[in-house]
Amino acid sequence: MTEIREVSVDELRHLVSDRARSGETMLLNMGPQHPSTHGVLRLLLELDGETVVSCIPDIGFLHTGVEKNMESKNYQQAEVMTDRLDYLNPIGNNLVYSLAVEKLLDLDVPERAQVIRVILAELTRINSHLVWVGTSALDLGAMSLFLYAMRERELILDIFEMCAGQRMMTTYVRPGGLWRDVPVEFEAAVRDFLALMPARLDEYERLLNNNPLFLERTSQIGIISKEDCLRYAATGPVLRAAGMAYDLRKARPYSGYETYDFDIPTETAGDVRARYLVRMAEMRQSLRIIQQGMDRLPYGPVRSNNRKYVPPPRSEIGVSMEALIHHFKLWTEGFSAPQGSVYATIESPRGELGVFLESDGGPKPYRVHFRTPTFPNLQIMPLLSRGHFVADVVAIIGSIDIVLGDADR
Amino acid sequence: MGIEQKAGNMGVVTARLEDVINWSRTNSMWPMLFGLACCAIEMMAAQAANYDMSRFGMELMRASPRQSDLMIVAGRVSRKMAPVLRQLYDQMPSPKWVIAMGDCASCGGVFNNYAVVQGVDEIVPVDVYVAGCPPRPEGLIHGVMTLHEKIKQEKLKTWA
Repeated sequence: MTEIREVSVDELRHLVSDRARSGETMLLNMGPQHPSTHGVLRLLLELDGETVVSCIPDIGFLHTGVEKNMESKNYQQAEVMTDRLDYLNPIGNNLVYSLAVEKLLDLDVPERAQVIRVILAELTRINSHLVWVGTSALDLGAMSLFLYAMRERELILDIFEMCAGQRMMTTYVRPGGLWRDVPVEFEAAVRDFLALMPARLDEYERLLNNNPLFLERTSQIGIISKEDCLRYAATGPVLRAAGMAYDLRKARPYSGYETYDFDIPTETAGDVRARYLVRMAEMRQSLRIIQQGMDRLPYGPVRSNNRKYVPPPRSEIGVSMEALIHHFKLWTEGFSAPQGSVYATIESPRGELGVFLESDGGPKPYRVHFRTPTFPNLQIMPLLSRGHFVADVVAIIGSIDIVLGDADR
Repeated sequence: MGIEQKAGNMGVVTARLEDVINWSRTNSMWPMLFGLACCAIEMMAAQAANYDMSRFGMELMRASPRQSDLMIVAGRVSRKMAPVLRQLYDQMPSPKWVIAMGDCASCGGVFNNYAVVQGVDEIVPVDVYVAGCPPRPEGLIHGVMTLHEKIKQEKLKTWA
């Protein structure tokens, strides 16, 4: 454990302007323990009165060593780590990791598993956006919306729980398919949710869209252009709110997204309000995708039949010696992946989530790297907050929807 | 209320000082608004409508350590965060309690590596450990109730 020590302005001279060194501007430390930094982000703000001159994000307070830890686990065990990266998008993290492993092994995924993956990934997107709308509206003083959004979130978590037995860290999507089939109650629960949610989204929009306080706090705040987004590699709703219809579900489809009919919501203003509108519209599009998925949900297996990589069903183990051997081998030493490196991406609620997997031919990944969307998105913080008031920094942090577990890994 | 009958016309209730103080401490405990990782989301869920921790007088989260009695360490504590956490604990006025929420805060959880403190009890004294990764909101509420039970056992002579 490192000791806390005072840092003089002189040591920060490469970060702050000369005005701060002469004492003309003030340095304000925001975080890591601050209710509006959505986790443990630290911002070093240089202020001229109430106006932000520069903003320096300091990350790493949640550095967990996930990537390194995954190298010491075999492929199945390492997946457990991925849930905890971006803890608002656990199924998406499982999905991207599974996609990478499947690409490495050239593993097939049954149709039913593909559809369930899409349904769950979209439910996770709604879940993440609900937490986002609740907390960022809470930061702007809209308390009741938080309670409403968390109420709807519980419905989604109930669905996850009936599938995986866990509310958040499901590890449900596995290489080669799913852990197990969804229970019979799944369909009714999702259909109930689909019937309920549009009215609830209307309710949120009634509370916020024309709320003068909300408009005042979000319009023309934290503007970013499309070019700057591309320059900083910012993706997801941040990029789409700046006017570029870039969504990996369309640009580089995975899990059969190319067969679903949905739109990419965009805005052109590029401010906090535009990002809010994009996310609200995205939730409606996700509902559309889930509806289509439910309508086409086929029957069949949810796990690949390739026994060298995917464990056999429990029922086979008692009657088949071969199944028992496969089960034993897979759960003791794991499977060995062929040598090579792969990169797989998905559209997470925050943007492009990619995983790079390098295999040396053994049962453990040689190197895992996550290209997480929060990290590049956070880089635009100095650009967005320059010239705004301190109170607006709160709105801007909320609008880029950071998850520190995602940035720090 | 029933208290009128008990007090008669005298307006006096007799009770032990320990009981009164412990009762007031348990029922107006202000946790610190301090989330680290995944568990913080479940901590938020515990305060929201479905689970509603305010039934136990626990809803008033204070963002300042100076105003709070209870630190809920919700999530994994990295080596970089550890000194900050300790400083926050030191800034809280006595009496103060700590709940280690979740496996990471209790023992490091799945992250047995260079970056994560293997249990927050290495840096602050923990009163209640809540298991789960992350614990359900009911789990956290149970942890809080357990802490209440613990506080109700406290004796006058141990306060000094």
